[in-house]
Amino acid sequence: MIIARGLTKKYDDFVAVDGIDFEVKKGESFGLLGPNGAGKSTTMRMIASTSRRTGGELTILGKDPNKHGPEIRAHLGVVHQQDNHDGELKTWENLYIYGRYFGLSRAFLKKKVEELLEFAQLTEKRDVKVDQLSGGMKRRLTIARGLVNEPEILMLDEPTTGLDPQARHILWDRLFRLKEEGVTLVITTHYMDEAEQLCDRLIVMDKGKIMAEGSPAALIKKYSSKEVLEVRFGSKNNADAAKKIAHLGDRIEPLPDRILVYSEDGEKVLKQIHKLGLEPQTSLVRRSSLEDVFLRLTGRTLVD
Amino acid sequence: MSMIHASVDSAIAIAEKRSGKIGAEFYAGRTRSMIERAFMAFKTSSWIIVLSGFVEPVFYLAAFGFGLGQFIDGVTDTAGNPISYAAFIAPALLATSAMNGAIYDSTWNVFFKMHFGKLYQTILQTSLGTLDVALGEISWALLRGLAYAIGFMAVMAPLGLIPSWWGILAIPGAVLIAFAFASIGMGVTSYLKSFQQMNWVNFFLLPMFLFSGTFYPLDIYPEWLQRVIEALPLWHAIQLERALTLGNISPDLLWHVLYFMVMIVGGLYFTTRRLNALFLR
Repeated sequence: MIIARGLTKKYDDFVAVDGIDFEVKKGESFGLLGPNGAGKSTTMRMIASTSRRTGGELTILGKDPNKHGPEIRAHLGVVHQQDNHDGELKTWENLYIYGRYFGLSRAFLKKKVEELLEFAQLTEKRDVKVDQLSGGMKRRLTIARGLVNEPEILMLDEPTTGLDPQARHILWDRLFRLKEEGVTLVITTHYMDEAEQLCDRLIVMDKGKIMAEGSPAALIKKYSSKEVLEVRFGSKNNADAAKKIAHLGDRIEPLPDRILVYSEDGEKVLKQIHKLGLEPQTSLVRRSSLEDVFLRLTGRTLVD
Repeated sequence: MSMIHASVDSAIAIAEKRSGKIGAEFYAGRTRSMIERAFMAFKTSSWIIVLSGFVEPVFYLAAFGFGLGQFIDGVTDTAGNPISYAAFIAPALLATSAMNGAIYDSTWNVFFKMHFGKLYQTILQTSLGTLDVALGEISWALLRGLAYAIGFMAVMAPLGLIPSWWGILAIPGAVLIAFAFASIGMGVTSYLKSFQQMNWVNFFLLPMFLFSGTFYPLDIYPEWLQRVIEALPLWHAIQLERALTLGNISPDLLWHVLYFMVMIVGGLYFTTRRLNALFLR
């Protein structure tokens, strides 16, 4: 559905996306993972045909977005990071007029709008001006709006940023349903749990380049261990303690506030640390995540 | 065209119809959806602002035409027939209000939507193109301009300020003028970054209003200044409207029409390019 070859975006001297290659297949849920400024949103905008590439090739549904922008956009649902609703209009009017921009008929939209209000759990708020909706409601409305034209590809840029945990789960649930219906999802996120939950396959981006590609499980397997032990000795003692336990586990990663020890068995490592006579202030054994993959690949954490 | 589209319920099929046509990358041929949006928003907008666009030229007409006009004799139309001072300035006020309405819509309203409402970013996510957006916003400005022109004419006619039946054409004339100013205005607005800069627009418009032959003929100026003013759009607007309401018809009027046609085509090209540069970069 989407093929990128050497895709590049330059703004004057700054290279936002630096020659990346990827493919997205039909019905797949594809993720772009990386910290802020990695080039994810720029890549999304190029796919959404609202930003012109400056180099490389990009084909969406067999078409070049530089030449066929409006036609490609007819296939897409776009959910931006910011909820850019039409503040002069009511909730239902926002959905309706968005469908009209696509040229859809009034009769079709009359049904579709109610269906989407239902989907977004906003039926009760249909006659309210959008400014009066809560953050979670606005987000759901943005997603519902992205579905008005029954898109084949739904693009979600940081879909749950700024939402409380409950609202996030409602949203994930909605996205799962769409995936089951065969909609291709393209998602950017800097939340690891989100990428693990939603994406079949993802690319990890940093500084405009692709660092790794694969399914969440495969990436974790390749770049991390099964478990991670997090220990804190207090910020003064961490560096010292890191030297003493460097030989434990598969690999250790000393961070300013804590030390991560990668291992197949976190509890076992913790016991070994105690045997060395070290007493961590706190300790936590957890499953390895994409966060660890990112740290391994870039030497930096995702959310700073 | 619209009838066929209305029966299709797939955004893709609708968009494909323009595939391969000239300008398909920036025009989807659905300006009317933008106008529909403007109507929806208009329903809830402030009526005082809407009304002020109508009242302003009427106030000018009352103060200058009927107030000041009492002390002014010897006004003639281009054919030399004596006319009242009110009949002399009324078409100029009509032209000016067409200009002001178009500028207001294409600067303040557009500025807000560009920078705060983010409306155009949202719209350009859909299968609409930049020319659809530009034409939609401008068409809305024209509809308002048309309503104001009809309103002002309805005041002028019973007061005997439109001696000629040609005067009817002053209404489409006002729309043409509004179209020209709105086309340019939207492109200019795209360069403006702050409300302070927006005031520069007024800084340019006010002297143009006062000195473009609005209140007296140009021949009191030195030759060179006359030439400068004759290059300005409001002078053409006033000449056109005055000739129509007074019935001084000649083929020369077509030059004014041509002037505005050029402004429209140039303005649309300029505005569409600017929207592309701003929102599809």
